[in-house]
Amino acid sequence: MSASSCYKNCQPASIGKKIIMAFSGLVLAGFVFGHMIGNLTVFKGAAAINEYAEWLHAHPGLLWVARSVLIVSVIAHIWSGVLLTIENRIARAGGPAVEVTRQASLSSRTMPYSGVIILAFIVFHLLHFTFRKIALGGQEFGADVYKMIIAGFSQPAVAFFYIASMILLCLHLSHGISSVFQTLGLRNQRWRGRLDVVATIYGWVIALGFISIPLAVLLGQLK
Amino acid sequence: MVKPSEQSSHDSERTLALRLRVWRQLRGGEGHFEEYSLAAVPVSASFLEMMDMLNEQLIREGKDTIAFDHDCREGICGMCSMTINGMPHGPIPGVTTCQLHMRNFRDGETITVEPWRARAFPVLKDLAVNRSAFDKVIQAGGFITVRTGSAPEANNTLIPKSIADEAMDAAECIGCGACVASCKNGSAMLFVGAKINHLNILPQGQPERERRTLAMVKTMDDVGFGNCTNYGECQAHCPKGITLDVIAKLNRDYLRARVKDFFSSTGKARKGGE
Repeated sequence: MSASSCYKNCQPASIGKKIIMAFSGLVLAGFVFGHMIGNLTVFKGAAAINEYAEWLHAHPGLLWVARSVLIVSVIAHIWSGVLLTIENRIARAGGPAVEVTRQASLSSRTMPYSGVIILAFIVFHLLHFTFRKIALGGQEFGADVYKMIIAGFSQPAVAFFYIASMILLCLHLSHGISSVFQTLGLRNQRWRGRLDVVATIYGWVIALGFISIPLAVLLGQLK
Repeated sequence: MVKPSEQSSHDSERTLALRLRVWRQLRGGEGHFEEYSLAAVPVSASFLEMMDMLNEQLIREGKDTIAFDHDCREGICGMCSMTINGMPHGPIPGVTTCQLHMRNFRDGETITVEPWRARAFPVLKDLAVNRSAFDKVIQAGGFITVRTGSAPEANNTLIPKSIADEAMDAAECIGCGACVASCKNGSAMLFVGAKINHLNILPQGQPERERRTLAMVKTMDDVGFGNCTNYGECQAHCPKGITLDVIAKLNRDYLRARVKDFFSSTGKARKGGE
C-alpha cells in the first residue's frame, strides 16, 4: 500500500472525523465547566481554593486519569480539526470571485482561528500556572495557589490575554456546542434555534465565569 | 431590488441596460472574466433568457457564445447552475436560475456570473461544470433494489402519511449542486443527506439502509467533496428549501450504520469452540 492510498484508507470518513471532533469537543467543553467551578472557589477565600488544589494533588490517580482523557481529547480534536480544514480548503477550489454569506455565523467562520489562539493560550496557561515556568517573576508559591493567582493576574498583559482568550472560547463554544448536536444527529428544524441559544448561553457562562477572576484582581476586589 | 408585489401594470414593459462580468474558460484552459454590455433586457425575461439574448448578440458579432447548462426552464430539472453575484441561482431564495427574473435587478447594474466552484465540479467550458460526481454518489447507493416487471399492489406496503411527506420533502432535491457551490467547504452533505433521507425512511429502503449510507458517504469523500462544518449556507441557498435536518439525520444514520457494521454478526461458531 502506498503512502497516498494509506492517506485515503487509514483515516476515518468525513462524518467519522466529525464524530471524533464532536465527542472530543464534548469532553473539553465539559472540562472547562468543571475547571471554572473549581476556579470560582477563589471567591470563597485563600483557604478554600488552596484546599481544593491540595485535594486535587492528594488524588494523583484521579488527576492523571482526567489528564489522560484530556490529552487524548485535545490531540483528537486538533488532528480532526486540521484534517477537516485542509480538506475543505482543497474541496472549495478557491471559491467564487464574489463571496456571499447568507447564514454562516461569525463563530462558525472563525473556528480554525479561535481554535489556534485558544491552543496558544492553553500552552501559555500551562507554562504559567501548571509548570510555573513563565510570567511569575521567578517567585515560588508552593502550595499557595491563591497568592499565585493574584500575582499572575496583577500583570495587566497576562490578565488581558486571559480575558481575550476566554471571549474567543465563548465564540468557539457557541458554534461547537450546537454543532455537537448536529453531528450526532440530535437536531431538527424546530430545535435548531433553541440549541443555538443553549450553546451561546453555555459559551457566555463559561467565559464570564473565568473572566470574573482576572477582572476581580484587576479591580482590586481580590487581593 | 423590487418585490413582485410592488410592480405596476406597465412594469412588465420596462427594460434594463446591464453590464455583465461573465466567466469564460476553454476546456482545459485557465479562465478569466470578460465584460459585456447588454441593452433592452425586458424585466419579464428570465435570467436564462437574458443569457440567450447575450449569446445572440455574440453570434451577431461573430464571437464564441457562452456555454451554460439549462434544460426544462421550469425549475424542476436541476440543470441550470450559475453563481450570480456570488449566490448560486441568484439573489432570490427558493428559485432556480431559470425562474429568476430580470425585474430583480437594477437598471445599469453590473452582474457577475460564475460557474459552480468546487474541486468535485470541474469547469467544462465557461459556466458549464461537470456534475457527474453526483451521479457517482447516486450509483453507490441512491436506489432501491426491486424486481422489475408488473407493478406491485400499491396497498401491500403501508406508509404513514407523515413518513411519506418527509420522504417527499427530501425527494424534492433536484440535484443541481447549489449546496456544494454555496458551501464554504465544497461539501455535498445536503445533497447526500436528502437522497439518504428520501430512501432510508421508507419501508422499501430498509433492506439496503446501512450499505447505502456507508457506500454513499464513502463515494462522497472519494470524489473530492469537502466536510460539513455546519455553516448552513447550503440550506440558505437550496432552491428547493431542503433543510439541515437531512444532514443531522444523515449523521445519525451514518453513526448507526457504523455501529451495526462494527458489531455485525460474525457467523456461526466453528467446531472446536473457536
